Amino acid sequence: MINSILFLLLLIAGIGFFIRNSKKIIAAVHLGTPLPKVDRKKERWFQMLRLAFGQQKMHRNLLVGVLHLVVYLGFIIINIELLEIIVDGLIGTHRVFKGLGRFYNFAIATFEVFALLVVFSVIVFWMRRNLLRIARFWSPEMKGWPKSDANWILIIELVLMGLFLTMNAADYTLQLKGHEAYPLAGSFPVSGLVVPIFQNFSLETLVLIERVSWWMHIGGILFFLNYLYYSKHLHILLAFPHTFYASLEPKGKMANNEIVTSEVKMMLGLPTEPVTAEEVSFGARDVHQLSALQLLGAFSCTECGRCTASCPANQTGKLLSPRKIMMDTRDRATHLIEKGDTVKENFLLDHYITREELWACTTCNACVEECPIGISPMSIILSMRQYITMEEASSPSELNSMMTNIENNGAPWPFNSEDRLKWID
Amino acid sequence: MAEYAAEGKSPEVLFFVGCAGSFDQRAQQVTKAFVKILNSANISFGVLGKEETCTGDPAKRAGNDFLFQMQALTTIETMNAYGVKKVVTTCPHCFNTIKNEYPSLGGNYEVLHHTQFLKQLLEENRIQIEGGSFKGKKITYHDPCYLGRANGVYEAPREIIKKLEAEIVEMKRCKKNALCCGAGGAQMFKESESGKKEINHERSEEVNASGASVVAAACPFCNVMLNDGATATDSSVEVKDLAQLIVEAADL
Repeated sequence: MINSILFLLLLIAGIGFFIRNSKKIIAAVHLGTPLPKVDRKKERWFQMLRLAFGQQKMHRNLLVGVLHLVVYLGFIIINIELLEIIVDGLIGTHRVFKGLGRFYNFAIATFEVFALLVVFSVIVFWMRRNLLRIARFWSPEMKGWPKSDANWILIIELVLMGLFLTMNAADYTLQLKGHEAYPLAGSFPVSGLVVPIFQNFSLETLVLIERVSWWMHIGGILFFLNYLYYSKHLHILLAFPHTFYASLEPKGKMANNEIVTSEVKMMLGLPTEPVTAEEVSFGARDVHQLSALQLLGAFSCTECGRCTASCPANQTGKLLSPRKIMMDTRDRATHLIEKGDTVKENFLLDHYITREELWACTTCNACVEECPIGISPMSIILSMRQYITMEEASSPSELNSMMTNIENNGAPWPFNSEDRLKWID
Repeated sequence: MAEYAAEGKSPEVLFFVGCAGSFDQRAQQVTKAFVKILNSANISFGVLGKEETCTGDPAKRAGNDFLFQMQALTTIETMNAYGVKKVVTTCPHCFNTIKNEYPSLGGNYEVLHHTQFLKQLLEENRIQIEGGSFKGKKITYHDPCYLGRANGVYEAPREIIKKLEAEIVEMKRCKKNALCCGAGGAQMFKESESGKKEINHERSEEVNASGASVVAAACPFCNVMLNDGATATDSSVEVKDLAQLIVEAADL
């Protein structure tokens, strides 16, 4: 009885805290301009299926793709066991679904095999990240918390799998020893290997190991659920909505601002309906002027750095790193949600992202092409450039000359439009 | 176009020459080569000439949507007045802009990059390449960002190289993974930010490592960047647009 109450409290605390954090994320995303009306639903579901469920872009590197798939499937499949853990915890039963017989044995065996595969994958990931000098894991923005965050995620996953297997091993040993509270149930191809060691332990010790692992396992899962908000690991949830909402247009297409269209049409004497807007501003100086999709992207980003590794500016030593653009955007949005606009002048532009970074972009779309879940760091760069040029008129002077040339001569160079046909000579 | 309109005719296709194609010396050579091919294939085409103006691409990428839309709406007015249905251009930036960003402003055309157009002409045997002056030569192809990743056109340019009977050697980074030449996003018009290296030098090193004697370009800006890159890396690899390669092979 006491155990059931304790369990209920733990569950309520874990889920309650998670709901609180989820609301913060939703509020942060809604700092941006609203998502457009959802069109082309079929294509969107397909894009989600392809990128998020199918992880299509992860398989470009086969080894990493397969390992990532194992961890992802393991995460989903092993968590089916949560159902039983929750029922057991709430009503004080033990392995309540054991009546399912062969199906139950098959399920437990599957969970065990996946747990082992996850352990293997996570160890390989840890080695890739810490022992191999893969450049994208060692960029300047990956110092401090981002680096330890990545390792903590791997460690927590390892510990959770370890607890799951330990719990099963102790349970199975008790079953074999004929302990009355542990009737035969389940099939244990992996944890069964530990039985020879556990066999020498007393019944009390084994029950203690089993109980402690059981509680730590469920506690660990609830901890991890709430750790997500503070970590880069939110992609396990947000990759799904992000790939649904992500652009379906050709990557080269930049949207046209309707207010500008209306103004220009009036200037050119073309028929137009004036667009009424309360506050007209162009581009983004802060997260409020970015779109909800761009902010959702920032929270979905798992800082893998494929974008940065493919960025021509970054590869040639410029300050720009597309991953940092996403991290900065998230940091700023989180700051606003957690602490409010404490220091008025600390906008995303300048305080987080410098102009030098923004102007180094060649808009080549390599970062967008690379992102496994369809995030576009480039779109944020272009939004911020638009602010600098249209609101401040402070773009680099060479670009100002280029734009003056277009205005005066209809070409980015100071040539006379009368000479447009000179190539014929 | 004005001359066609005066006769009450409209040509099959509008060749949008672009600012580089009109003014830049290297790009002018490409314009001439493309026109030679159009003439030899008996394509009726027009150009806007003095009525042509920048599509607005560099202004938009530099953050000036106002100037972009001024250019775009002006150009759309002109093209719609001539009843343009089909546009072909030798510049991937013009191509991307007219194809993707003009429709919502009232400019709806069938837009082709010249490599797509040339591939069609070759397939329909409207131009014939004889003699095989490139037979057995190694040619590599540099994917322009605004043709490749931006619009998914990877195969048409490569088909042309195959028709030249040349051997395509791919660079380490090609197609979706192709490295930018460094000119896009209005970088063409400014010095690059400080770093360890110029992007076009990095790309030219890949060109040189491919073992090709010619690098085929399909964008006037890539053309300039790769040519500068070749000079900077002391390379003898020739930079040529696909239209120029066809003119050479067909001896037009």
